[in-house]
Amino acid sequence: MKAYSLFSLARNAMSYHRNWQRAWRSPDPKKHYDVVIIGGGGHGLATAYYLATQCGISNVAVLEKGWLGGGNTGRNTTIVRSNYLLDASAGMYEHAVKLWEGLSQELNYNVMFSQRGLLHLAHSVHDMQEIGRRGNAIHLNGIDSEFLTPAQVKEMLPIINLDCHYPVMGGLLQRRGGTARHDAVAWGYARGADAAGVDIIQNCEVTGMRIENNQVVGVDTSRGFIGAGKVGSVAAGHSSVIAEMAGFKLPIECYPLQALVSEPVKPIIDCVVMSNGIHVYVSQSDKGELVVGAGSDAYNSYSQRGSYDFIEHTVGPLCELFPLFSRLRMLRQWAGIVDVTVDRSPILSKTSVKNLFFNCGWGTGGFKATPGSGHAFAHSIAAGEMNAIAAPFSIDRFNTGALIDEGAAAAVAH
Amino acid sequence: MSQSCRLDSGGRIDRSKVLQFTFDGKSYTGFKGDTLASALLANGVKLLGRSFKYHRPRGLIAAGSEEPNALMQLENGAYTEPNTRATCIELYDGLVANSQNRWPSLGFDVGAINSSVARFLPAGFYYKTFMWPASMWMTYEKFIRKAAGLGVSPTEPDPDVYHSRYATCDVLVIGGGPAGLAAATAAAGSDARVMLIDEQSEFGGSTLGAAAVPEVASWVAASTAALAANNNVTLLPRTTVTGYFDYNYLTAVEKVTDHLGPGNGGTAPRQRFWKIRASRVVIAAGSIERPLVFADNDRPGIMLANAVSTYINRFGVLPDQNIVVFTNNDSAYRTAVDAARSGATVTMVDTRAEVSAELTRVLQQHKVKQFTGHAISSVQGTKGVKAVRIMPLSADGKSLQGQAWEINCGIVANSGGWTPSVHMFSQSGGKLQYDNSIEGFVPDPAKAKRINPGFSVGACNGSFATGDCIAEGAQAGRQAVEACGFVASDVAMPELTDALNDTGMGGIAALWLVPTVHPVGEGPAKHFHDFQNDVTAADIHLAAREGYLSVEHLKRYTTTGMATDQGKTSNLNALAIMAEIRGAQIPEVGTTTFRPPFTPLTFGAIGGQESKDLFLQERHTPMHQCHVQNNAVFEDVGDWKRPWYFPHSGEDMHAAVQRETLSVRTDVGMLDASTLGKIDIQGADAAEFLEMIYTNNWKKLAIGNCRYGLMLNEHGMIFDDGVTTRLGEHHYHMTTTSGGAARVLNWLEEWLQTEWPEKQVYCTSVTEQWAVVALNGPKARDLLATLSDIDLSKEAFPFMSMREGQVAGIPARVYRISFTGELAYEINVPARFGRQLWETLQEAGKPFNLCHYGTEAMHVLRAEKGFIIVGQDTDGTVTPADMDMDWIVSKTKPDFLGKRSFLRSDTARDDRQQLVGLLTTDPTVVLMEGAHIVQEIKDAPPMTTIGRVTSSYMSPNLERSFALGMLKNGLARKGETVQLSLMNGDAVEALVTDPVFIDKEGVRVRG
Amino acid sequence: MFIITCPYCGDRDQTEFTCHGEAHIARPLNTESLSDEEWGDYVFFRQNPKGMHRERWVHAHGCRRWFNALRNTVSDEIFATYKVGDARPPLPENPS
Repeated sequence: MKAYSLFSLARNAMSYHRNWQRAWRSPDPKKHYDVVIIGGGGHGLATAYYLATQCGISNVAVLEKGWLGGGNTGRNTTIVRSNYLLDASAGMYEHAVKLWEGLSQELNYNVMFSQRGLLHLAHSVHDMQEIGRRGNAIHLNGIDSEFLTPAQVKEMLPIINLDCHYPVMGGLLQRRGGTARHDAVAWGYARGADAAGVDIIQNCEVTGMRIENNQVVGVDTSRGFIGAGKVGSVAAGHSSVIAEMAGFKLPIECYPLQALVSEPVKPIIDCVVMSNGIHVYVSQSDKGELVVGAGSDAYNSYSQRGSYDFIEHTVGPLCELFPLFSRLRMLRQWAGIVDVTVDRSPILSKTSVKNLFFNCGWGTGGFKATPGSGHAFAHSIAAGEMNAIAAPFSIDRFNTGALIDEGAAAAVAH
Repeated sequence: MSQSCRLDSGGRIDRSKVLQFTFDGKSYTGFKGDTLASALLANGVKLLGRSFKYHRPRGLIAAGSEEPNALMQLENGAYTEPNTRATCIELYDGLVANSQNRWPSLGFDVGAINSSVARFLPAGFYYKTFMWPASMWMTYEKFIRKAAGLGVSPTEPDPDVYHSRYATCDVLVIGGGPAGLAAATAAAGSDARVMLIDEQSEFGGSTLGAAAVPEVASWVAASTAALAANNNVTLLPRTTVTGYFDYNYLTAVEKVTDHLGPGNGGTAPRQRFWKIRASRVVIAAGSIERPLVFADNDRPGIMLANAVSTYINRFGVLPDQNIVVFTNNDSAYRTAVDAARSGATVTMVDTRAEVSAELTRVLQQHKVKQFTGHAISSVQGTKGVKAVRIMPLSADGKSLQGQAWEINCGIVANSGGWTPSVHMFSQSGGKLQYDNSIEGFVPDPAKAKRINPGFSVGACNGSFATGDCIAEGAQAGRQAVEACGFVASDVAMPELTDALNDTGMGGIAALWLVPTVHPVGEGPAKHFHDFQNDVTAADIHLAAREGYLSVEHLKRYTTTGMATDQGKTSNLNALAIMAEIRGAQIPEVGTTTFRPPFTPLTFGAIGGQESKDLFLQERHTPMHQCHVQNNAVFEDVGDWKRPWYFPHSGEDMHAAVQRETLSVRTDVGMLDASTLGKIDIQGADAAEFLEMIYTNNWKKLAIGNCRYGLMLNEHGMIFDDGVTTRLGEHHYHMTTTSGGAARVLNWLEEWLQTEWPEKQVYCTSVTEQWAVVALNGPKARDLLATLSDIDLSKEAFPFMSMREGQVAGIPARVYRISFTGELAYEINVPARFGRQLWETLQEAGKPFNLCHYGTEAMHVLRAEKGFIIVGQDTDGTVTPADMDMDWIVSKTKPDFLGKRSFLRSDTARDDRQQLVGLLTTDPTVVLMEGAHIVQEIKDAPPMTTIGRVTSSYMSPNLERSFALGMLKNGLARKGETVQLSLMNGDAVEALVTDPVFIDKEGVRVRG
Repeated sequence: MFIITCPYCGDRDQTEFTCHGEAHIARPLNTESLSDEEWGDYVFFRQNPKGMHRERWVHAHGCRRWFNALRNTVSDEIFATYKVGDARPPLPENPS
């Protein structure tokens, strides 16, 4: 892999950019891999990258039914944070943030991780109690966390209206939170994994799971059978479909989640703002677009279309909170499929089928975990046992009752 | 000279109405009927903006909503609006517009330095740089952010109002050109409700910008007039259908008063947002001309051919005396004729070697010089075209060679063909197919989404001849209205003229990338396809070279199609160039998804009138006005406004709450408890039902008695609580938390309707039927006795029972239940008597030192007594055992909701976090709610947490602070001392106690 | 934005309804005798199919009645709605 740098950019400019390498190859699938990863989104590519670079397993294929990063990796609102309430969540998401902090350099690909701060607003006594609890929990987990007064909120966000229907009573700030360039994460991991020997195979849909003696031996795909020593499913919204191929159900339901962007304007919001009270989050991209996330619809769907009233019920409150937005314009709206568990925490787990591992259920919050999820899952697959960070997220928790119920504590999309 | 490019006559402008406007501070005039774009062009202003990345000078390309370049900062102050397309702004008197994304001025823009180092800024350059040192990224980014962003947001609240409304119709027609008019005409006439929507200020579509054909013009006028006269037809000009959602749900935004200028709309809204449900939709959205991709094709003055025609024909503006027309298809010949007729010197450069003799004859007739098999190899002029150089094109279209000619011109009118506007069909979920004869994607009717029935007709369906459009439209209108069960009307065709049959597309020869003498990306010139985002053919080559081959990767890597025009003029060119590079067919490369909205949509319009005071309804209790008069500070609980506390003059919140809390325990207080959820439950199986819903026993509850109950979900976790009273043999009155009322009713109904439909149980929400005053305190009985005929003695009316009678002359149900631990009565009267009851009690209470208390004092009082609040002391992960409430969990019932979950290993653990009381060693310290108990204090985090504070107050009754909290294995740790670590680094010590701090024996409450 | 045919009220806009997930999951009668896995399966695990889905809706801002629907989760086409307790309508021959 030829390194990217200012120097390489200048050198290539002299030769009219004729000599850039491909960021990743387009190999034909081999007959057998040590590990097959189903799903070429950020988490799947990160898993492959860490398998090849840290676990000594480079005979790995990533099978993607469409184009790399075409699922939720390319559809989210790019927020990164680790300000979670529960210890298991803090362990996972902080692990991810620490990896984010060196990711551009590690991958030699600028993923534009921008720690511009992430601010949760509290609009009621109940919200204040919620951020009070969470802020303390985060702090004691060794993660940065600050309470802001309404005046401090106003200072960070001069355009906010503190006295609307949603009075701002306070805020919880994680300065190390922020955003990253979502596509670049997929591309950077793909390039890194490819350079380490991983075969990334696009337009290759898994159609069946071959299981012998309760042990997975490979997958049938639109490009034929591919043998595998181990299989990791990292298929997000399609995890239930993959599970059905393996003969079991998951504690997951898929919902549409919508997001939208505005036309670009000069900077007006520096940090990321989230409001649990009105189920909305907003940040401004480097391009100048306001990136707005809404709550998820509550019906099962794989259609990548949501219901329009969710847009109305997101934009209306947003204009109350930020009256200036009223004259700006929505440029584009879209939807993704989120795979939601009942406790709003992911599943990283062995399954009832030997050598078949699942990483799914990230719901509305998977993007931020990408490096941590891939890292923990890679090491767990390699060892054949979930590592310390992944272990609490076992699928067994739905039988033992040891839920990681972030949802109950703060029922909000994140 | 003013309006130097305005023709002496012609156009659809009103020359008697002169309008003043300014652009970048300079004054100009235009006419009513102009757009800002046409008025600027009439004044010879061609440089209108700077591009996003390279800051290249840019002018108009289009005349419609597809315009990528001419983005304006419209108006100033509160009315300012960034990124507004000059082509979509109807001119009004006093209009103020400024160019964007330039500093210090449009003519001299420092950012243009990017253009001279463009070679170092290829697609995706930022992914390869700005990584070292890592700590510098935020600094680099600050400059990147400042440089990006186009226009400027307003800094003041929006002074305008917006409306939104719903509509339903039988047939919705999108687009008011010939096809749409024909469809609407066919559909109208019977009782069918028809809507016809068009984004322009008048109907007629493409005919408005074309050279007038009298027969067509009169047909358009007659059709429009007939539709306008029909009461079943809604005509919405200046309205854009922005989105097409499932089950034929469409959204549209109507610009009601934008064209009048700021503040001139009177009482009308600025914009109106329509949400329309249509039985059938006829899409007649037309098509968009696409540019040819040639060297420096972004120079101001290089325009789409049909735009030049539109400025001439519709606005009477001839943008230059010397015009080169550059095309690969027949349609631009109309522009050559339009320009020549208007007196311009016109040169036709056609990339095709073979052109029909008829077209050549027409050009000769208008003295237009024609070059066939030629292409533009370079453009002279930076801030405006001065000349072009043309060269013969090789037969394969890959190179230029031979004799070059230089032609002076100020305008290049170019056409690379027409792209059907399939946005709406695609948004509806339909799949596209590629039509080689027109080189564009068209709807595949076999792959339309079944739940969105409709038709695509006219140019958006690949039919360009006016006659074909009318015929297709009429047929679709007929089919649509017949599908709704109505009779269609006949559509008269205009008198046949040659123009009707002219497709304009005869023999398009695709030329996706016009070559130069240099390989792509290696010469001095740039070949743009996405103008606003500055994406060039070289960027597509680079993306392909680096493996970003999928059309989505191409888009995201190069940003092509992601600008505010969403690629209306650029998408097909981009993917065709990618197809050529990949050696693939265009359909193999595919298209990106067409997303709503069709054009950018004002956020304010989406919310409609539901803003500010009309934003959300508030729920008020019947006594609300009393609370306002009593100076209450309110708290939001769900949608309710509840009195939080009632400060006397000079009191802060703390002082008021302490006074109220003390007063309830020493005298008597009254609380408005009307928001409490109330559900009336009746039916023969009601008791059996409650047995399943609650954890405790209900069958033996005597009539007239009350019982507290906990509700669990199937996870075994507490999700609501309240007191339920047996009113009769098969009649119960259930109360719930204020915030949980709706959730509980849904929960009951879910079980009754889906799991136990055979059970005879009927639930009715009666929350708002009753006004409730909670009278709490040692003097409660004495006070109530002065107003009631009920025997209040403790023998006749014991704790946890209900009696009916009169209170203050009002029929009442009085429940002797208590949320404070004091002697208490909850007086329920029909809601209409609530205020009377409150005021009567207020007056009668004076001798008893009656106080009003709010929710905060209520919280202190209940916490003193160790009563939990579901949602504050519990969080959805808490079992009754965790709350030390095993006493309320029946050991004898075979089943109740959630019971089985107790057996799971994690739920059955005995070292779960459990409810305890906490008393800080320092009695003046009030712990923060949410503060955590740690296993061991360390100098710095991380520290292992073993519990937390859920409720914490200063108590005037205990004369010290106290708290409730959850502690790991807490039930076994009473008497131990624990440590809390605060955010500021302080450690606080607290004693673990029983959570009941007052009257553990329940003497007061039963007194 | 669906149009949903409430079996009691007729065609209404989706905004009047709330979806409550997979239908025809009967609450076990013998909860005490279930294994943790069987209980967990009832409480948490769902088919979540990509395709035809039988699901529960409630006409929350209407008659407040619960009913079942047969919907394709890919196209969002609703093929049938039916009352609780009614026979399950057959799967459509042409689901998409």
